[in-house]
Amino acid sequence: MTDTDEVEIPEVNYVSGSGLPVRGNDIDTDQIIPARFMKVVTFDGLGEFAFFDQRFTEDDDLKDHPFNEDRFQDSSVMVVNSNFGCGSSREHAPQALMRWGIDAVIGESFAEIFAGNCLALGIPTVTADSETIQSLQDWVDANPDGELEIDIEAEQVRYDDTTIDVTVDDAQRKALVEGVWDTTALMKSNAGAVQETAAELPYVSDATANGSGSESSSNAD
Amino acid sequence: MSEGTLYDKVWDHHTVTTLPTGQDQLFIGLHLIHEVTSPQAFGMLEERDLDVAYPELTHATVDHIIPTADQSRPYEEDAAEEMMTELEENVREAGIEFSDPDSGDQGIVHVVGPEQGLTQPGKTIVCGDSHTSTHGAFGALAFGIGTSQIRDVLATGTVAMEKQKVRKIQIDGELGDGVEAKDVILEIISRLGTEGGVGYVYEYAGEAIENLGMEGRMSICNMSIEGGARAGYINPDETTYEWLAETDYFQENPEKFEELKPYWESIRSDDDAEYDDIVHIDADELEPVVTWGTTPGQGIGISEPIPEPEALAEDKQDTARRAQEHMRVEPGETMDGYEIDVAFLGSCTNARLPDLRRAARIVEGRQVADDVRAMVVPGSQRVQQTAEEEGLKDVFEAAGFDWRNAGCSMCLGMNEDQLEGDEACASSSNRNFVGRQGSKDGRTVLMNPRMVAAAAIEGKVTDVRELPEAEVTA
Repeated sequence: MTDTDEVEIPEVNYVSGSGLPVRGNDIDTDQIIPARFMKVVTFDGLGEFAFFDQRFTEDDDLKDHPFNEDRFQDSSVMVVNSNFGCGSSREHAPQALMRWGIDAVIGESFAEIFAGNCLALGIPTVTADSETIQSLQDWVDANPDGELEIDIEAEQVRYDDTTIDVTVDDAQRKALVEGVWDTTALMKSNAGAVQETAAELPYVSDATANGSGSESSSNAD
Repeated sequence: MSEGTLYDKVWDHHTVTTLPTGQDQLFIGLHLIHEVTSPQAFGMLEERDLDVAYPELTHATVDHIIPTADQSRPYEEDAAEEMMTELEENVREAGIEFSDPDSGDQGIVHVVGPEQGLTQPGKTIVCGDSHTSTHGAFGALAFGIGTSQIRDVLATGTVAMEKQKVRKIQIDGELGDGVEAKDVILEIISRLGTEGGVGYVYEYAGEAIENLGMEGRMSICNMSIEGGARAGYINPDETTYEWLAETDYFQENPEKFEELKPYWESIRSDDDAEYDDIVHIDADELEPVVTWGTTPGQGIGISEPIPEPEALAEDKQDTARRAQEHMRVEPGETMDGYEIDVAFLGSCTNARLPDLRRAARIVEGRQVADDVRAMVVPGSQRVQQTAEEEGLKDVFEAAGFDWRNAGCSMCLGMNEDQLEGDEACASSSNRNFVGRQGSKDGRTVLMNPRMVAAAAIEGKVTDVRELPEAEVTA
């Protein structure tokens, strides 16, 4: 029997697909997935609610939004502007995008918690300067079927005859390329060292540091 | 890189090892959980057949979905009931302490932790909630995490993180009458931008910070994330220790107080600590700040004109134009006089006892304007109980406010408390994003709690300094 907590973590070296532009700075996670769709205990089915209030009127009529356009329905690489994913830490946001079909996001900048949440799902968030992003958005708009390829290791995006340099945060690049972006098993394997660190902290009780904390926590009531 | 700051010291104390990604594996001293972001993480644990590693370092409460009016079970809304039931099952199976509504200790997670003494200097604290930065007010290193990271913390007691830079925000001078901690943080965000803190942790320091009580310090650290900084903190001092001594934990374990104090003192930033950046703000110059737009960075002093989009940095212009259209405000005007339909006094930013006390002094002897729906949602059951004992509930109700039970409520509209249609709301909360308060056409104006009280009375955004506190008649 193998350990039941072994999870196959794929390496993410390249992401390719057609793109879609989602323009605007400071697009917050309340816009990506409004709070009322978070009244669920699983992430299943969140895809259809991505950008819901940007996509639908009160009467459920379609509004202008790239997620509504036929030509972008098969797209998997989102091209965004600055501070994308700011606000609430809800992982529901990247979960909704992933379940809609997004495999990677290219942008001017990302809010940190959002980028961390994407990494935990194996979704790269790569950055480039404002001018580069805007021309990429224009190209994607004009070439909805055009293939984009993100080379994570080389920190490049290739499309048409163009190759642009992008930045992939060091830890993110290593995590994706080496397939260690799901950190649970890796960190679990350091349990001994974790106990040692805990034992050095003055506020952690001896019982916890000895690994018997859960049995001796009754006085906490 | 920074050196000798509280951030550096707490980080070092909690570093288990460096992972192959270059991230550090950090031990987590307190994991707070609530009903919205944790159930999926428990589900992932189950899928992988993993147990909760440190249930005794984990604490749960329910805040986002809990109704603030009728709290009888089952909750009227099925989805809310399902989330609550799921949380109850998860904490029972894992042996996690739960400040549930029956305990009298329930409340917004960032009010509950400090109240019970769970939040302490020099701890690492995480929660699946971006406003976890609040706990930095005690000199803890506290930050919000996503659900996959909650899974990591549950399963291992640790999280993988990259160390960030430290920006010291030095606020010298004294705050004028009617100017509060909320105004300080709104000013910081409007100056440095909503993305200005990305890659940084903020250390708030200086005379104006030292003079604040813990509640004000929490309001400031709370909104660090609105400025892009994942964490913000204030070095612990006598004010911090006075608060801690009164909490359950140190009342029950008084010997721990003296035992831990040397550690708390040791993690304070050194006098000669090195920072990656330092920003100075003069407290004397500040006035009450209100937002005119749809990001927390779009704030101005109450007497200042709403900016012309063209006068802003190029990358801010488009957002500003859309925000002004949404809010229906005109450049050149001030926010003074902006008509409101709803006044919301609540949230993890501003629903602690001193917030309610100060607002009550504005409200006392006055009436909420006709057609304004005004509500007070205390941050926790304990805040609620003390406020009721002090007579604050009577003051608010006499003025026409609705007095509710504790929860996140209209800060994010996940329960029944929501804006309707294009209602405008004077709000003591932390986010004015489009749709945030439950209606996509709703309009939120962020401000301090006394300003919310003043807006409720006048039916429009009002400079509270022109509306003196009522003569106390009782």
